[in-house]
Amino acid sequence: MLQNLFITIFELVPMLLKSAEQGLVFGVMALGVYITFKILNFADLTVDGSFPLGAAVAASLIVSGYNPFFATFVAFIAGALAGAMTGLLNTKAQISDLLSGILTMTSLYSINLRIMGKPNTPLLNQSTIYSLISDFFSKIWPSFPTEYTYIMFFIVFALLIKILLDAFLKTQIGFALRATGDNPQMIRSQGVNTDLAKVIGLILSNGFIALSGALVAQYQGFADVGMGVGTIVAGLASVIIGDSLFGSKTIFISTLGVLLGSFLYRFSIALVLSFRLAQASDLKLLTAIVVIIALTAPRFKQTFKVSAKGGKSYGNS
Amino acid sequence: MVILEHIHKIFHRNTPNENHALADLSLEIQDGDFITVIGSNGAGKSTMLNAIAGVFPIDSGRIILDGQDITNLPEHKRAAFIGRVFQDPMLGTAPSMTIEENLSMAYARPNNMSLRWGLDFNRRKIFKEYLKNLPLGLEDRLTTKVKLLSGGQRQALTLIMATMKKPKLLLLDEHTAALDPKTAILVNSLTEEIVHKNKITTIMVTHNLEHAIKMGNRLIMMHKGRIVMDIKGEEKATMTIPRLLNKFEQLQGEKFVDDRVMLA
Repeated sequence: MLQNLFITIFELVPMLLKSAEQGLVFGVMALGVYITFKILNFADLTVDGSFPLGAAVAASLIVSGYNPFFATFVAFIAGALAGAMTGLLNTKAQISDLLSGILTMTSLYSINLRIMGKPNTPLLNQSTIYSLISDFFSKIWPSFPTEYTYIMFFIVFALLIKILLDAFLKTQIGFALRATGDNPQMIRSQGVNTDLAKVIGLILSNGFIALSGALVAQYQGFADVGMGVGTIVAGLASVIIGDSLFGSKTIFISTLGVLLGSFLYRFSIALVLSFRLAQASDLKLLTAIVVIIALTAPRFKQTFKVSAKGGKSYGNS
Repeated sequence: MVILEHIHKIFHRNTPNENHALADLSLEIQDGDFITVIGSNGAGKSTMLNAIAGVFPIDSGRIILDGQDITNLPEHKRAAFIGRVFQDPMLGTAPSMTIEENLSMAYARPNNMSLRWGLDFNRRKIFKEYLKNLPLGLEDRLTTKVKLLSGGQRQALTLIMATMKKPKLLLLDEHTAALDPKTAILVNSLTEEIVHKNKITTIMVTHNLEHAIKMGNRLIMMHKGRIVMDIKGEEKATMTIPRLLNKFEQLQGEKFVDDRVMLA
């Protein structure tokens, strides 16, 4: 009984690999969430709709015979449009950020069903970007370890997105976006249209999120209309874990923290599920618990630090 | 030249709180004017600055800047030629960004939406030189986040950012009111230095009557949404606080009431 509770080292290694794969592919989504929540200070709930949107668009196009790379690119564009929708609802129709996101998310549920024509699109025996990459490398290098295609592709791709985002946030327009989240009055008096800045941020964010959805659909072999539920919480968990563990001294560290946070989040979920006390359907509950821990941990850390120094302990700080 | 023509602004119209904040306000500002603005509670001083900056649309009247009618121009577009410093030192800078990043946004104005790098070797050199000329000791702290600076340092930084690209008009809204007296003196002398050196047309709202009299070449007093006193040249140069208060009472038949006013 007791030995069932603990996992062995032989189970740990594949678990780490799986968590790294998931952490990186969902990390692209988390980077999107980082743009709205950390950079723009905009509570965007479009995520739960734009993530399955990317999956639905990519899966439908692949099943219709389109090139998987093209399908993935179109998924990015679709997500960007969803972000623009939320942005326009917020800035032009003056609907609050939360509600604009919820409205887009809700309408996307129907749109995703329309795109797929059914609740679930399997990608079995379809070529995906992974099968194409795997085939390509196997041809030029016969002993190519195809079982590592995912992890290698995800490392390269997630880091590429991270570097592109870092670079973007160091441009003049990137500064404008960061200032829009930091102090909108200030950046308006420097001549920036903060409405435009918000819309640009939401476009980029939801583009990344849909891109991640497209990659996940091909990774797990299907797109499902319900796969978006809780995406925002997972994204937030990654951002918050990254922020509390690695800080936000520079943009470079912050975005790296988001990817590592995404990995740690997936790993801690996998670890808890492996205890066999929890079952797969507990996933969303566990997600919420991980976020609550990540959000409250920094407060406890502070309390401990102060009391460890032998000084005053601020119970409520 | 800036012309304000018969500007009206009513807040909370048709409610018990209706407030005629600007009542037929007209003002002509010559190039190079440094105007100090004083006035009793609710006189419309800040409302006037906000109307010029485009924070809200005005009900009627026109605002003309260098021959261009800017009455209907949105706030961020006016920012291309209007510099602002607010009373709250927290409002003028982006706290979680560094000093050099903040300066970069001011330097790029009004082309802030471009894809060029916000910072490069050249710009850092320019910013360092710029800060070296100021008594703030910030030239070696370019990569410090602005939230770590004191209120006075942030306000001085805001002032630099507002004037880095010479604005056609500089609006200072009680920009030293939230600072301790010593820092206020520093920021004030920095203000005079920058304004004089660059000959920037400036409007400065203040509660400090001594500053209002000493600084600038023209003093206006507002009351109930319009200008009731406009003192320039010789008269401004020889003005004293008691004479100023006397003149107000003669004109308005009531006492000058401003619970935040600093007589000295």
